[in-house]
Amino acid sequence: MAGEVQPPGMLLTTLGKGVNWARTRSMWGATFGLACCAIEMMATGAAHNDLGRFGMEVFRASPRQADLMIVAGRVSQKMAPVLRQVYDQMSEPKWVISMGACASTGGMFNNYALVQGVDQVVPVDIYVPGCPPGPQSLMHGILALHEKVMDGEIQRPIIHSASSHA
Amino acid sequence: MSEDNNTEEIEAGEATVAVDEGPPTGSAGRLRVHDMWVAGTEERADVRHFTDEGAQELLPVEDEAALDIQRGVVVDDDYELDDAVDEEDRQIINMGPQHPSTHGVLRLQLEMEGETIRRVKPIIGYLHTGMEKTAETLTWMQGPTNVTRMDYLSPFHNELAYCLAVEKLLDVEIPERSQAIRILMTELNRISSHLLFVATQGMDIGAISMMIYGWRERELVLDFFEKVTGLRMNHNYIRPGGVAADLPDGWEEDVESLLETVPAGVAEYHEILDENPIFLDRTRGVGVITPAECRAYGVTGPSARASGIDWDLRKVFPYSGIDKYDFDVPLGKHGDVLDRYHVRMAEIDESLRIVRQILETMPAGDYRTEDRKVTPPPRRRIDESMEALIHHFKIFTSGFSVPAGTAWQSVESPRGELGVYVVSDGGTKPWRVHVRGPSFAHVQALPAAMTDSLIADLVATLASIDPVLGDVDR
Amino acid sequence: MPEEEEPTTEAESEEPAAADEGSEVEPQVLPDEPTLAAIVEPFPSATWTVALDEWVVGVDPAEYHGLVAAAKDAGFETFIDLCAVDYFRRRPRFDVVLTVLNYTSPKRLRINVGVDGAEPAVATVSDVYPGANFYEREAYDLLGIEFNGHPDLTRILMPDDWQGHPLRKDYAVGTVPIQFKEAHTVE
Repeated sequence: MAGEVQPPGMLLTTLGKGVNWARTRSMWGATFGLACCAIEMMATGAAHNDLGRFGMEVFRASPRQADLMIVAGRVSQKMAPVLRQVYDQMSEPKWVISMGACASTGGMFNNYALVQGVDQVVPVDIYVPGCPPGPQSLMHGILALHEKVMDGEIQRPIIHSASSHA
Repeated sequence: MSEDNNTEEIEAGEATVAVDEGPPTGSAGRLRVHDMWVAGTEERADVRHFTDEGAQELLPVEDEAALDIQRGVVVDDDYELDDAVDEEDRQIINMGPQHPSTHGVLRLQLEMEGETIRRVKPIIGYLHTGMEKTAETLTWMQGPTNVTRMDYLSPFHNELAYCLAVEKLLDVEIPERSQAIRILMTELNRISSHLLFVATQGMDIGAISMMIYGWRERELVLDFFEKVTGLRMNHNYIRPGGVAADLPDGWEEDVESLLETVPAGVAEYHEILDENPIFLDRTRGVGVITPAECRAYGVTGPSARASGIDWDLRKVFPYSGIDKYDFDVPLGKHGDVLDRYHVRMAEIDESLRIVRQILETMPAGDYRTEDRKVTPPPRRRIDESMEALIHHFKIFTSGFSVPAGTAWQSVESPRGELGVYVVSDGGTKPWRVHVRGPSFAHVQALPAAMTDSLIADLVATLASIDPVLGDVDR
Repeated sequence: MPEEEEPTTEAESEEPAAADEGSEVEPQVLPDEPTLAAIVEPFPSATWTVALDEWVVGVDPAEYHGLVAAAKDAGFETFIDLCAVDYFRRRPRFDVVLTVLNYTSPKRLRINVGVDGAEPAVATVSDVYPGANFYEREAYDLLGIEFNGHPDLTRILMPDDWQGHPLRKDYAVGTVPIQFKEAHTVE
């Protein structure tokens, strides 16, 4: 996915790990709740299943201030360009969680009206199955994303060489 | 100075104004500053050190109207703009579809003149899922899985309306226990939906802590749903012929604990919001829908009852045995946001009443109809009986057939009249399923409620109408 | 389910303009509920059924608007629903179903009008019931029925440039075969 990245030295490795750690500790989501999954996303942020313990209780309406887009719900044909536009407006580094069956594959609505999987519109990092996924499933997906970022599996290279493109 | 005792104490530096009778008449007709903060309560604050230093000159008490304006009880509305204002002063502002306050993917095109909205055009379709088309490809028994996701905040009501319409065509009789279970689940659903309404209404008005509070009791109700149906939302539990499974053992204790915890939480929300001056300012007189507008646009449910229309489908066209239970229908007077809030809070109490009555009078019996052509046989019977095996096979592969005809059935969902129009051609799949979602009509009535109001009022009004875009777009 | 028959010959002479049935003069059968009879009487093409707690009236497109206005005057002031059904092999092909409500009686009235043709069209009732506005747009969007006189007959649920009317029976569901996408590889 990344192009030619200069192999970082020891100082930059530690710095890279520190940056990754910081990125996971306050990953703010963009409000992209569409349908039933949005209700479960709100439930995950509420008191019973508290997303605030991961520093994520804030959902920013402005995509400029958000890192994570949780596409929660079914994406219709009319909504797809809006989804892409909001994704493009987010600044790097950004991640996408596709929450629920409808966002991941079109779900039970395999018909003319829905985009069959939001990964046809935006690149997705984590898929969370369920209809709707309960707060625990969503939290598992979010924590899996955190692990992936911490381990460097999803690379947002600090050093940009000419051919690297995130 | 005056003959008032307190004056001397004030000068002495140790005034206590704890005990007082009659209207406050401090020296020179001044209102004691602390009275503003404890207005409405019986007790007076015990102020040890009271000084006039820096106090502003307040108006004499006799001038009540001016006093109300200063207290903020009455707002002198100076937002009347001249109609002769130039058209070029108007801007078109787009709100949504991705917006934290539009309750889903609703897009509003606003023609604004400063802060005042002159025209509103709702643009919908961002959640259109083709559910009515999908319904024609699913069997009658699979129908509730589809229909339940339309109004996703009250899934049981969608299922109930669909199943009642299908049962009208099938002409089967539903056992009493099944009816009681259906009403139990739908009334609990009403409670959970209204709790979410309170949460989002508070958050949209600015009481962001309400968002966290409102979910407390809702989670408890959802836990009960998970115990009974297996899912927290979109349950597919109410099926044509009855319900999918009987209530689990120990459900009485769960409902009993709900009946204790939910009222306590609701009482807290009343404390937080009911007398809050900011809440009252932002909701009183805002977003008024008149009864004539309700009738013209088809606004039903709590939004219509807040305007004074005494219409509740549970009372007028009772369904599923709900007329056995005793409950009142709260009505509002002004049709503003505050009334809609109060009506819904009162409806939570009424639903709790119904749930208690069901808990006490739940009949024994079958949880689904006996007619084996409609409901699948119990699993263990399949080992014993060939007929049961055949019925099971028929129902789960091609599905049962419903006699040809058309039927309309509506139920009282937390948003209003949720209707289902079913057309059958005698086959195993519906010919046409049309769901009349209440929010579709409410979104249409938004311009009537929002024109010539401020944009801040728009957010409050939209939250109070409680639209669910799944209902609107289907 | 008519219990009594009241053939009236005054009905035909009252409405000469609406008598586009041809030369067949059938005595009109009126229901015994007076409100329903008052609504149905001026319109010779209207058929009615009383089933349980519902009144269902069928009418021709030419008399549709008049009947709806008469229903509103008779007390059915609350608009509830307007939907359309595609019967495909039947003539007329489409049915527009209007449901209105009378709070005071209380009674629900359903009015069916059969619409046909390559470009099906019927009068709008959004001037009688403002709430019908969005519903008629939805019927136009999903089934292609035009409503003459509608203030803003544009697509409402589908994108503006969508071709076709999805809920018609000759429009496919649009099922996409399930694809197994390759796993996203990260270097």
